[in-house]
Amino acid sequence: MNPKKMDKLATGVLWIAALMIIGLLVWFLVYILGRGLPYLNLQFLTGPDGVGAQLFNSFYILFLSLLFSLPIGIGAGIYLAEYAPQNKLTDLIRLSVECLASVPSIVFGLFGMIIFVNLLGLGYSILGGAATLALLNLPILVRVTEDSLRSVPSSYREASLALGATMWQTIRKVVLPTALPGIITGITLVAGRALGETAILIFTAGMNVSRYLFDTNPMAAGETLAVHLYAVKANPLPGTNADAIADGTAALLIIMVLVFNLLLALPSRWMQRRLGKDE
Amino acid sequence: MRDKIVVENLDLFYGDNQALKNISLKMPERSVTALIGPSGCGKSTFIRSLNRMHDLLPNVKILGKIRIDDQDIYNDATDISLLRKRVGMVFQSPNPFPKSIYENVAYGPRIHGETSKAHLDEIVEVSLKGSVLWNEVKDRLHKSAMGLSGGQQQRLCIARLLAVEPEVLLMDEPTSALDPISTMKIEELIGQLKLKYTIVIVTHNMHQASRISDQTAFFLSGELVETDETGVLFTRPADQRTEDYISGRFG
Repeated sequence: MNPKKMDKLATGVLWIAALMIIGLLVWFLVYILGRGLPYLNLQFLTGPDGVGAQLFNSFYILFLSLLFSLPIGIGAGIYLAEYAPQNKLTDLIRLSVECLASVPSIVFGLFGMIIFVNLLGLGYSILGGAATLALLNLPILVRVTEDSLRSVPSSYREASLALGATMWQTIRKVVLPTALPGIITGITLVAGRALGETAILIFTAGMNVSRYLFDTNPMAAGETLAVHLYAVKANPLPGTNADAIADGTAALLIIMVLVFNLLLALPSRWMQRRLGKDE
Repeated sequence: MRDKIVVENLDLFYGDNQALKNISLKMPERSVTALIGPSGCGKSTFIRSLNRMHDLLPNVKILGKIRIDDQDIYNDATDISLLRKRVGMVFQSPNPFPKSIYENVAYGPRIHGETSKAHLDEIVEVSLKGSVLWNEVKDRLHKSAMGLSGGQQQRLCIARLLAVEPEVLLMDEPTSALDPISTMKIEELIGQLKLKYTIVIVTHNMHQASRISDQTAFFLSGELVETDETGVLFTRPADQRTEDYISGRFG
Protein backbone atom coordinates (compact mmCIF):
# COMPACT_ATOMS: atom_id res chain seq x y z
CA MET A 1 0.00 0.00 0.00
CA ASN A 2 1.33 3.46 -0.71
CA PRO A 3 2.24 5.77 2.19
CA LYS A 4 -0.60 8.19 1.56
CA LYS A 5 -3.27 5.50 1.67
CA MET A 6 -1.60 4.01 4.73
CA ASP A 7 -1.71 7.43 6.38
CA LYS A 8 -5.43 7.76 5.68
CA LEU A 9 -6.07 4.28 6.98
CA ALA A 10 -4.10 4.91 10.17
CA THR A 11 -5.95 8.18 10.76
CA GLY A 12 -9.24 6.37 10.30
CA VAL A 13 -8.36 3.52 12.64
CA LEU A 14 -7.13 5.88 15.38
CA TRP A 15 -10.27 7.98 14.96
CA ILE A 16 -12.45 4.92 15.46
CA ALA A 17 -10.47 3.89 18.53
CA ALA A 18 -10.97 7.32 20.05
CA LEU A 19 -14.65 7.34 19.15
CA MET A 20 -15.10 3.96 20.81
CA ILE A 21 -13.77 5.38 24.07
CA ILE A 22 -16.25 8.24 23.94
CA GLY A 23 -19.00 5.86 22.88
CA LEU A 24 -18.30 3.58 25.81
CA LEU A 25 -18.41 6.45 28.26
CA VAL A 26 -21.65 7.82 26.81
CA TRP A 27 -23.22 4.37 26.92
CA PHE A 28 -22.25 3.99 30.59
CA LEU A 29 -23.52 7.40 31.54
CA VAL A 30 -26.79 7.10 29.66
CA TYR A 31 -27.48 3.64 31.04
CA ILE A 32 -26.57 4.34 34.66
CA LEU A 33 -28.00 7.83 34.87
CA GLY A 34 -31.09 6.82 32.89
CA ARG A 35 -31.85 4.07 35.38
CA GLY A 36 -30.78 5.91 38.52
CA LEU A 37 -31.72 9.56 38.08
CA PRO A 38 -35.49 9.02 38.50
CA TYR A 39 -34.86 7.82 42.08
CA LEU A 40 -32.69 10.74 43.09
CA ASN A 41 -34.44 13.20 45.37
CA LEU A 42 -34.02 14.49 48.89
CA GLN A 43 -35.91 11.49 50.25
CA PHE A 44 -33.30 9.24 48.65
CA LEU A 45 -30.66 10.85 50.86
CA THR A 46 -32.52 11.49 54.11
CA GLY A 47 -35.31 8.88 54.09
CA PRO A 48 -35.28 5.69 56.16
CA ASP A 49 -33.41 3.78 53.44
CA GLY A 50 -31.57 6.95 52.45
CA VAL A 51 -27.93 6.94 51.47
CA GLY A 52 -27.03 10.35 52.91
CA ALA A 53 -24.78 8.78 55.51
CA GLN A 54 -23.03 6.68 52.87
CA LEU A 55 -22.52 9.73 50.70
CA PHE A 56 -21.03 11.57 53.65
CA ASN A 57 -18.82 8.60 54.53
CA SER A 58 -17.51 8.34 50.97
CA PHE A 59 -16.19 11.87 51.10
CA TYR A 60 -15.09 11.67 54.72
CA ILE A 61 -13.00 8.58 54.00
CA LEU A 62 -11.69 10.11 50.78
CA PHE A 63 -10.70 13.25 52.66
CA LEU A 64 -8.94 11.37 55.45
CA SER A 65 -7.16 9.01 53.07
CA LEU A 66 -5.86 11.98 51.04
CA LEU A 67 -4.81 13.64 54.28
CA PHE A 68 -2.67 10.60 55.07
CA SER A 69 -1.40 9.81 51.58
CA LEU A 70 -0.78 13.22 49.98
CA PRO A 71 2.06 14.43 52.22
CA ILE A 72 3.86 11.09 52.12
CA GLY A 73 3.16 10.34 48.45
CA ILE A 74 4.05 13.78 47.15
CA GLY A 75 7.00 14.03 49.53
CA ALA A 76 8.44 10.72 48.34
CA GLY A 77 7.78 11.71 44.72
CA ILE A 78 9.68 14.97 45.20
CA TYR A 79 12.54 13.11 46.84
CA LEU A 80 12.79 10.58 44.03
CA ALA A 81 12.58 13.20 41.30
CA GLU A 82 14.74 15.95 42.74
CA TYR A 83 17.04 14.69 45.46
CA ALA A 84 17.57 10.95 45.09
CA PRO A 85 20.93 9.94 43.66
CA GLN A 86 20.95 7.25 41.00
CA ASN A 87 21.91 4.16 43.00
CA LYS A 88 20.76 0.72 44.11
CA LEU A 89 18.76 2.05 47.05
CA THR A 90 16.65 4.43 44.95
CA ASP A 91 16.20 1.74 42.32
CA LEU A 92 14.89 -0.46 45.12
CA ILE A 93 12.52 2.27 46.28
CA ARG A 94 11.17 2.66 42.74
CA LEU A 95 10.77 -1.11 42.36
CA SER A 96 8.90 -1.25 45.67
CA VAL A 97 6.61 1.55 44.58
CA GLU A 98 5.81 -0.30 41.38
CA CYS A 99 5.18 -3.57 43.21
CA LEU A 100 2.89 -1.82 45.68
CA ALA A 101 1.00 -0.22 42.82
CA SER A 102 0.19 -3.64 41.38
CA VAL A 103 -0.99 -5.30 44.60
CA PRO A 104 -4.67 -6.23 44.24
CA SER A 105 -6.87 -4.09 46.45
CA ILE A 106 -8.37 -7.11 48.21
CA VAL A 107 -4.88 -7.89 49.55
CA PHE A 108 -4.63 -4.37 50.92
CA GLY A 109 -8.10 -4.86 52.40
CA LEU A 110 -7.13 -8.00 54.28
CA PHE A 111 -3.83 -6.46 55.31
CA GLY A 112 -5.67 -3.40 56.61
CA MET A 113 -8.06 -5.61 58.50
CA ILE A 114 -5.21 -7.45 60.21
CA ILE A 115 -3.19 -4.34 61.03
CA PHE A 116 -5.64 -1.52 61.63
CA VAL A 117 -8.88 -3.30 62.49
CA ASN A 118 -7.48 -6.11 64.64
CA LEU A 119 -3.91 -5.43 65.72
CA LEU A 120 -4.32 -1.73 66.41
CA GLY A 121 -7.86 -2.37 67.62
CA LEU A 122 -9.56 0.28 65.52
CA GLY A 123 -12.38 -2.08 64.64
CA TYR A 124 -14.43 -1.50 61.51
CA SER A 125 -13.98 2.23 61.31
CA ILE A 126 -13.72 5.20 59.03
CA LEU A 127 -10.17 5.68 60.30
CA GLY A 128 -9.15 2.10 59.50
CA GLY A 129 -10.72 2.35 56.05
CA ALA A 130 -9.07 5.69 55.29
CA ALA A 131 -5.66 4.44 56.45
CA THR A 132 -5.89 1.33 54.26
CA LEU A 133 -7.10 3.37 51.28
CA ALA A 134 -4.11 5.64 51.79
CA LEU A 135 -1.86 2.59 51.38
CA LEU A 136 -3.56 1.73 48.10
CA ASN A 137 -3.15 5.27 46.77
CA LEU A 138 0.34 5.97 48.02
CA PRO A 139 2.30 4.26 45.23
CA ILE A 140 0.27 5.95 42.52
CA LEU A 141 0.79 9.34 44.10
CA VAL A 142 4.53 8.75 44.37
CA ARG A 143 4.68 7.69 40.76
CA VAL A 144 2.57 10.53 39.39
CA THR A 145 4.44 13.15 41.40
CA GLU A 146 7.81 11.85 40.30
CA ASP A 147 6.76 11.72 36.64
CA SER A 148 5.21 15.21 36.72
CA LEU A 149 8.31 16.72 38.32
CA ARG A 150 10.60 14.97 35.85
CA SER A 151 8.65 16.41 32.95
CA VAL A 152 9.52 19.94 34.12
CA PRO A 153 12.37 21.09 31.83
CA SER A 154 15.70 21.16 33.65
CA SER A 155 16.31 24.59 32.11
CA TYR A 156 13.80 26.02 34.63
CA ARG A 157 15.80 24.58 37.50
CA GLU A 158 19.06 25.88 36.06
CA ALA A 159 17.58 29.34 35.60
CA SER A 160 16.38 29.44 39.17
CA LEU A 161 19.57 28.07 40.70
CA ALA A 162 21.66 30.44 38.58
CA LEU A 163 19.78 33.34 40.18
CA GLY A 164 21.00 32.15 43.56
CA ALA A 165 17.86 30.27 44.60
CA THR A 166 18.32 27.29 46.88
CA MET A 167 17.21 23.82 45.85
CA TRP A 168 14.07 24.06 47.97
CA GLN A 169 13.15 27.54 46.72
CA THR A 170 13.53 26.22 43.20
CA ILE A 171 11.30 23.24 43.88
CA ARG A 172 8.65 25.18 45.74
CA LYS A 173 8.44 28.23 43.50
CA VAL A 174 9.23 26.89 40.04
CA VAL A 175 9.18 23.11 39.76
CA LEU A 176 6.09 22.29 41.84
CA PRO A 177 3.84 25.00 40.35
CA THR A 178 4.83 23.87 36.86
CA ALA A 179 4.18 20.23 37.70
CA LEU A 180 0.96 20.91 39.61
CA PRO A 181 -1.51 20.19 36.77
CA GLY A 182 0.06 16.73 36.39
CA ILE A 183 -0.04 16.11 40.12
CA ILE A 184 -3.68 17.22 40.25
CA THR A 185 -4.52 14.78 37.49
CA GLY A 186 -2.92 12.11 39.66
CA ILE A 187 -4.98 13.16 42.67
CA THR A 188 -8.15 13.00 40.58
CA LEU A 189 -7.24 9.50 39.49
CA VAL A 190 -6.59 8.42 43.04
CA ALA A 191 -9.74 10.11 44.34
CA GLY A 192 -11.87 8.41 41.70
CA ARG A 193 -10.43 5.07 42.73
CA ALA A 194 -11.04 5.83 46.39
CA LEU A 195 -14.66 6.81 45.77
CA GLY A 196 -15.25 3.58 43.87
CA GLU A 197 -13.25 1.24 46.10
CA THR A 198 -15.12 -1.62 47.75
CA ALA A 199 -12.83 -4.59 48.48
CA ILE A 200 -10.68 -2.61 50.87
CA LEU A 201 -13.49 -0.86 52.68
CA ILE A 202 -15.68 -3.90 53.25
CA PHE A 203 -12.91 -5.33 55.43
CA THR A 204 -11.81 -2.14 57.13
CA ALA A 205 -14.62 0.41 57.27
CA GLY A 206 -17.37 -2.15 57.43
CA MET A 207 -20.87 -2.30 56.01
CA ASN A 208 -22.68 -0.30 58.67
CA VAL A 209 -23.42 3.34 59.04
CA SER A 210 -23.76 5.47 62.12
CA ARG A 211 -27.27 6.14 63.33
CA TYR A 212 -26.54 9.85 63.11
CA LEU A 213 -26.33 11.61 59.78
CA PHE A 214 -22.99 13.34 59.24
CA ASP A 215 -21.30 11.53 62.10
CA THR A 216 -17.72 12.78 62.05
CA ASN A 217 -16.47 10.28 64.63
CA PRO A 218 -13.63 8.55 62.78
CA MET A 219 -13.97 5.50 65.00
CA ALA A 220 -17.52 4.83 63.76
CA ALA A 221 -18.06 2.21 61.11
CA GLY A 222 -18.45 3.89 57.77
CA GLU A 223 -20.12 2.21 54.83
CA THR A 224 -19.53 4.18 51.64
CA LEU A 225 -21.71 4.56 48.55
CA ALA A 226 -19.75 1.97 46.59
CA VAL A 227 -19.84 -0.54 49.44
CA HIS A 228 -23.53 0.15 49.89
CA LEU A 229 -24.11 -0.56 46.23
CA TYR A 230 -22.40 -3.91 46.63
CA ALA A 231 -24.22 -4.66 49.89
CA VAL A 232 -27.75 -3.98 48.67
CA LYS A 233 -27.22 -6.12 45.61
CA ALA A 234 -25.42 -8.95 47.40
CA ASN A 235 -27.74 -9.17 50.40
CA PRO A 236 -30.97 -7.37 49.62
CA LEU A 237 -32.87 -6.61 52.80
CA PRO A 238 -36.40 -7.97 52.73
CA GLY A 239 -39.04 -5.31 52.26
CA THR A 240 -36.78 -2.87 50.42
CA ASN A 241 -36.56 -2.19 46.73
CA ALA A 242 -32.93 -3.20 46.37
CA ASP A 243 -32.81 -2.56 42.63
CA ALA A 244 -34.10 0.96 43.03
CA ILE A 245 -31.61 1.73 45.80
CA ALA A 246 -28.77 0.22 43.78
CA ASP A 247 -29.69 2.15 40.62
CA GLY A 248 -30.01 5.40 42.50
CA THR A 249 -26.78 4.81 44.40
CA ALA A 250 -24.88 4.03 41.20
CA ALA A 251 -26.13 7.23 39.59
CA LEU A 252 -25.27 9.26 42.68
CA LEU A 253 -21.80 7.73 42.83
CA ILE A 254 -21.05 8.50 39.21
CA ILE A 255 -22.30 12.07 39.60
CA MET A 256 -20.11 12.54 42.65
CA VAL A 257 -17.02 11.27 40.82
CA LEU A 258 -17.75 13.64 37.93
CA VAL A 259 -18.31 16.58 40.24
CA PHE A 260 -15.15 15.85 42.17
CA ASN A 261 -13.09 15.56 38.98
CA LEU A 262 -14.45 18.83 37.67
CA LEU A 263 -13.78 20.56 40.98
CA LEU A 264 -10.12 19.59 40.71
CA ALA A 265 -9.71 19.81 36.95
CA LEU A 266 -11.18 23.25 36.35
CA PRO A 267 -8.80 25.22 38.58
CA SER A 268 -5.97 23.17 37.13
CA ARG A 269 -6.99 24.08 33.56
CA TRP A 270 -7.32 27.68 34.56
CA MET A 271 -3.88 27.62 36.12
CA GLN A 272 -2.35 25.99 33.07
CA ARG A 273 -3.76 28.73 30.91
CA ARG A 274 -2.28 31.33 33.18
CA LEU A 275 1.11 29.62 33.06
CA GLY A 276 1.14 29.04 29.34
CA LYS A 277 0.39 31.20 26.36
CA ASP A 278 -2.53 33.42 27.09
CA GLU A 279 -3.14 35.28 23.89
CA MET B 1 41.52 47.96 34.09
CA ARG B 2 41.18 45.86 37.21
CA ASP B 3 40.80 42.11 36.74
CA LYS B 4 37.38 41.05 38.01
CA ILE B 5 37.84 37.32 37.51
CA VAL B 6 41.19 35.56 37.71
CA VAL B 7 41.44 31.88 36.79
CA GLU B 8 44.66 30.06 37.58
CA ASN B 9 45.64 26.56 36.46
CA LEU B 10 42.09 25.29 36.24
CA ASP B 11 41.64 21.57 35.59
CA LEU B 12 38.18 20.08 35.36
CA PHE B 13 37.32 16.40 35.14
CA TYR B 14 34.02 14.68 34.30
CA GLY B 15 34.79 11.36 35.97
CA ASP B 16 38.06 10.29 34.34
CA ASN B 17 37.62 12.54 31.36
CA GLN B 18 39.57 15.79 31.56
CA ALA B 19 37.48 18.56 30.02
CA LEU B 20 39.63 21.56 30.93
CA LYS B 21 43.42 21.48 30.98
CA ASN B 22 45.40 23.98 32.99
CA ILE B 23 43.42 27.08 32.03
CA SER B 24 44.65 30.47 33.21
CA LEU B 25 42.69 33.54 32.17
CA LYS B 26 42.07 37.04 33.51
CA MET B 27 38.81 38.83 32.78
CA PRO B 28 38.92 42.60 33.28
CA GLU B 29 36.12 44.49 34.98
CA ARG B 30 33.49 46.18 32.80
CA SER B 31 34.59 44.58 29.60
CA VAL B 32 33.44 41.74 27.38
CA THR B 33 35.48 38.56 27.18
CA ALA B 34 34.46 36.25 24.35
CA LEU B 35 35.21 32.54 24.47
CA ILE B 36 35.42 30.93 21.03
CA GLY B 37 36.29 27.48 19.77
CA PRO B 38 34.72 24.47 18.09
CA SER B 39 31.98 22.39 19.73
CA GLY B 40 33.24 20.33 22.63
CA CYS B 41 36.31 22.50 23.18
CA GLY B 42 35.38 23.22 26.79
CA LYS B 43 34.23 26.84 26.52
CA SER B 44 30.77 26.12 27.97
CA THR B 45 32.32 23.93 30.66
CA PHE B 46 34.63 26.79 31.50
CA ILE B 47 31.92 29.43 31.77
CA ARG B 48 29.79 27.16 33.95
CA SER B 49 32.65 26.76 36.39
CA LEU B 50 32.58 30.53 37.04
CA ASN B 51 29.30 30.37 38.96
CA ARG B 52 29.70 26.78 40.14
CA MET B 53 26.91 25.35 38.01
CA HIS B 54 28.91 22.11 37.96
CA ASP B 55 27.99 21.63 41.61
CA LEU B 56 24.69 20.21 40.31
CA LEU B 57 26.43 17.26 38.68
CA PRO B 58 28.02 14.33 40.45
CA ASN B 59 31.55 13.21 39.55
CA VAL B 60 32.92 16.60 38.60
CA LYS B 61 36.37 17.35 39.99
CA ILE B 62 37.87 20.81 39.84
CA LEU B 63 41.50 21.71 40.55
CA GLY B 64 43.12 25.12 40.43
CA LYS B 65 41.81 28.50 41.50
CA ILE B 66 39.06 30.84 40.39
CA ARG B 67 39.05 34.19 42.13
CA ILE B 68 36.40 36.85 41.76
CA ASP B 69 37.36 40.10 43.45
CA ASP B 70 40.27 38.23 45.07
CA GLN B 71 37.89 35.74 46.65
CA ASP B 72 38.40 32.06 45.93
CA ILE B 73 34.93 30.91 44.85
CA TYR B 74 35.70 27.22 45.37
CA ASN B 75 36.59 27.91 48.98
CA ASP B 76 34.41 25.89 51.39
CA ALA B 77 33.23 29.12 52.99
CA THR B 78 31.69 30.38 49.74
CA ASP B 79 27.97 31.02 49.95
CA ILE B 80 26.88 29.51 46.62
CA SER B 81 23.57 31.31 46.64
CA LEU B 82 25.35 34.65 47.07
CA LEU B 83 27.95 33.74 44.46
CA ARG B 84 25.29 32.99 41.86
CA LYS B 85 23.51 36.21 42.72
CA ARG B 86 26.75 38.10 41.97
CA VAL B 87 27.63 35.99 38.96
CA GLY B 88 24.51 35.54 36.87
CA MET B 89 24.00 33.42 33.81
CA VAL B 90 22.09 33.65 30.54
CA PHE B 91 21.56 30.32 28.82
CA GLN B 92 21.70 29.09 25.27
CA SER B 93 17.97 28.84 24.75
CA PRO B 94 15.75 31.39 26.44
CA ASN B 95 14.34 29.80 29.59
CA PRO B 96 11.76 32.10 31.15
CA PHE B 97 9.62 30.51 33.86
CA PRO B 98 6.03 29.70 32.89
CA LYS B 99 4.89 32.69 34.88
CA SER B 100 3.95 36.26 34.00
CA ILE B 101 6.56 38.69 32.71
CA TYR B 102 6.40 40.56 36.01
CA GLU B 103 6.79 37.40 38.07
CA ASN B 104 9.81 36.32 36.02
CA VAL B 105 11.67 39.52 36.79
CA ALA B 106 10.48 39.69 40.41
CA TYR B 107 11.51 36.07 41.02
CA GLY B 108 15.16 36.78 41.88
CA PRO B 109 14.55 39.72 44.24
CA ARG B 110 11.79 37.73 45.92
CA ILE B 111 13.96 34.70 46.66
CA HIS B 112 16.58 37.04 48.07
CA GLY B 113 14.02 38.41 50.47
CA GLU B 114 12.46 41.47 48.81
CA THR B 115 8.78 41.68 49.75
CA SER B 116 7.82 45.32 49.25
CA LYS B 117 5.42 45.65 46.34
CA ALA B 118 6.61 49.17 45.57
CA HIS B 119 10.25 48.06 45.50
CA LEU B 120 9.45 45.09 43.31
CA ASP B 121 7.52 47.27 40.86
CA GLU B 122 10.51 49.54 40.63
CA ILE B 123 13.01 46.69 40.22
CA VAL B 124 10.88 45.15 37.48
CA GLU B 125 10.69 48.40 35.57
CA VAL B 126 14.38 49.25 35.95
CA SER B 127 15.45 45.73 34.98
CA LEU B 128 13.19 45.58 31.92
CA LYS B 129 14.47 48.98 30.84
CA GLY B 130 17.99 47.68 31.43
CA SER B 131 17.41 44.86 28.97
CA VAL B 132 15.62 47.19 26.52
CA LEU B 133 12.38 45.25 26.75
CA TRP B 134 10.26 47.66 28.77
CA ASN B 135 8.61 49.47 25.87
CA GLU B 136 7.53 46.21 24.29
CA VAL B 137 6.01 44.68 27.42
CA LYS B 138 4.98 47.50 29.74
CA ASP B 139 1.30 47.03 28.86
CA ARG B 140 1.33 43.27 29.36
CA LEU B 141 3.47 42.74 32.44
CA HIS B 142 0.98 40.31 33.91
CA LYS B 143 0.66 38.14 30.82
CA SER B 144 2.58 34.91 30.50
CA ALA B 145 6.20 35.17 29.45
CA MET B 146 5.69 32.16 27.21
CA GLY B 147 3.78 34.37 24.76
CA LEU B 148 6.88 36.46 23.97
CA SER B 149 9.05 35.86 20.90
CA GLY B 150 12.37 34.05 21.33
CA GLY B 151 14.36 37.25 21.24
CA GLN B 152 12.05 38.94 23.73
CA GLN B 153 12.26 35.90 25.98
CA GLN B 154 16.05 36.10 25.97
CA ARG B 155 15.94 39.80 26.86
CA LEU B 156 13.46 38.91 29.60
CA CYS B 157 15.98 36.38 30.94
CA ILE B 158 18.59 39.14 30.95
CA ALA B 159 16.16 41.43 32.80
CA ARG B 160 15.47 38.64 35.29
CA LEU B 161 19.20 38.48 35.86
CA LEU B 162 19.70 42.25 36.18
CA ALA B 163 16.97 42.28 38.84
CA VAL B 164 19.27 40.56 41.37
CA GLU B 165 21.96 43.20 40.76
CA PRO B 166 24.77 40.93 39.63
CA GLU B 167 28.33 42.05 38.99
CA VAL B 168 29.23 39.50 36.36
CA LEU B 169 27.06 38.29 33.47
CA LEU B 170 27.91 34.90 32.02
CA MET B 171 26.31 34.28 28.64
CA ASP B 172 26.41 30.82 27.13
CA GLU B 173 25.73 31.29 23.41
CA PRO B 174 22.82 33.64 24.18
CA THR B 175 21.89 34.24 20.55
CA SER B 176 22.32 30.78 19.07
CA ALA B 177 18.55 30.13 19.14
CA LEU B 178 17.60 33.58 17.82
CA ASP B 179 16.97 35.17 14.44
CA PRO B 180 19.37 37.83 13.06
CA ILE B 181 17.31 40.82 14.18
CA SER B 182 16.91 39.53 17.75
CA THR B 183 20.61 38.70 17.72
CA MET B 184 21.44 42.26 16.73
CA LYS B 185 19.33 43.61 19.58
CA ILE B 186 21.07 41.39 22.10
CA GLU B 187 24.46 42.44 20.77
CA GLU B 188 23.54 46.13 21.12
CA LEU B 189 22.35 45.37 24.62
CA ILE B 190 25.66 43.72 25.50
CA GLY B 191 27.41 46.87 24.32
CA GLN B 192 25.39 48.89 26.85
CA LEU B 193 25.64 46.37 29.66
CA LYS B 194 29.41 46.26 29.65
CA LEU B 195 29.48 49.83 30.95
CA LYS B 196 28.23 48.43 34.23
CA TYR B 197 28.94 44.71 34.26
CA THR B 198 31.77 42.31 33.59
CA ILE B 199 30.62 40.08 30.76
CA VAL B 200 31.88 36.67 29.69
CA ILE B 201 30.24 35.31 26.57
CA VAL B 202 30.57 31.97 24.83
CA THR B 203 29.88 32.20 21.14
CA HIS B 204 30.07 30.01 18.08
CA ASN B 205 29.93 33.03 15.88
CA MET B 206 33.33 34.59 15.28
CA HIS B 207 31.82 37.71 13.76
CA GLN B 208 29.85 38.15 16.91
CA ALA B 209 32.97 37.78 19.02
CA SER B 210 34.81 40.36 16.96
CA ARG B 211 31.84 42.76 17.04
CA ILE B 212 31.11 42.78 20.73
CA SER B 213 34.14 41.70 22.74
CA ASP B 214 37.19 43.48 24.07
CA GLN B 215 39.17 40.33 24.71
CA THR B 216 38.87 36.94 23.05
CA ALA B 217 40.03 33.55 24.29
CA PHE B 218 40.35 30.64 21.87
CA PHE B 219 39.70 27.17 23.31
CA LEU B 220 40.57 23.90 21.63
CA SER B 221 40.14 20.38 23.08
CA GLY B 222 40.01 21.64 26.64
CA GLU B 223 43.04 23.87 26.31
CA LEU B 224 43.21 27.62 26.16
CA VAL B 225 45.27 28.15 23.03
CA GLU B 226 45.48 31.90 22.96
CA THR B 227 44.05 35.02 24.59
CA ASP B 228 44.44 38.52 23.33
CA GLU B 229 42.66 41.75 22.66
CA THR B 230 39.94 40.92 20.19
CA GLY B 231 41.33 43.13 17.46
CA VAL B 232 44.74 41.53 17.76
CA LEU B 233 43.54 37.94 18.01
CA PHE B 234 41.44 38.18 14.88
CA THR B 235 44.05 39.96 12.76
CA ARG B 236 47.41 38.75 14.04
CA PRO B 237 46.91 35.54 15.98
CA ALA B 238 50.09 34.21 17.55
CA ASP B 239 49.24 30.52 17.28
CA GLN B 240 48.84 28.61 14.02
CA ARG B 241 45.76 26.75 15.38
CA THR B 242 44.02 30.06 16.11
CA GLU B 243 44.87 31.24 12.62
CA ASP B 244 43.41 28.04 11.15
CA TYR B 245 40.23 28.30 13.19
CA ILE B 246 39.44 31.97 12.59
CA SER B 247 40.14 31.65 8.89
CA GLY B 248 37.60 28.83 8.76
CA ARG B 249 39.93 25.95 8.03
CA PHE B 250 38.23 23.80 10.68
CA GLY B 251 35.49 23.98 13.29
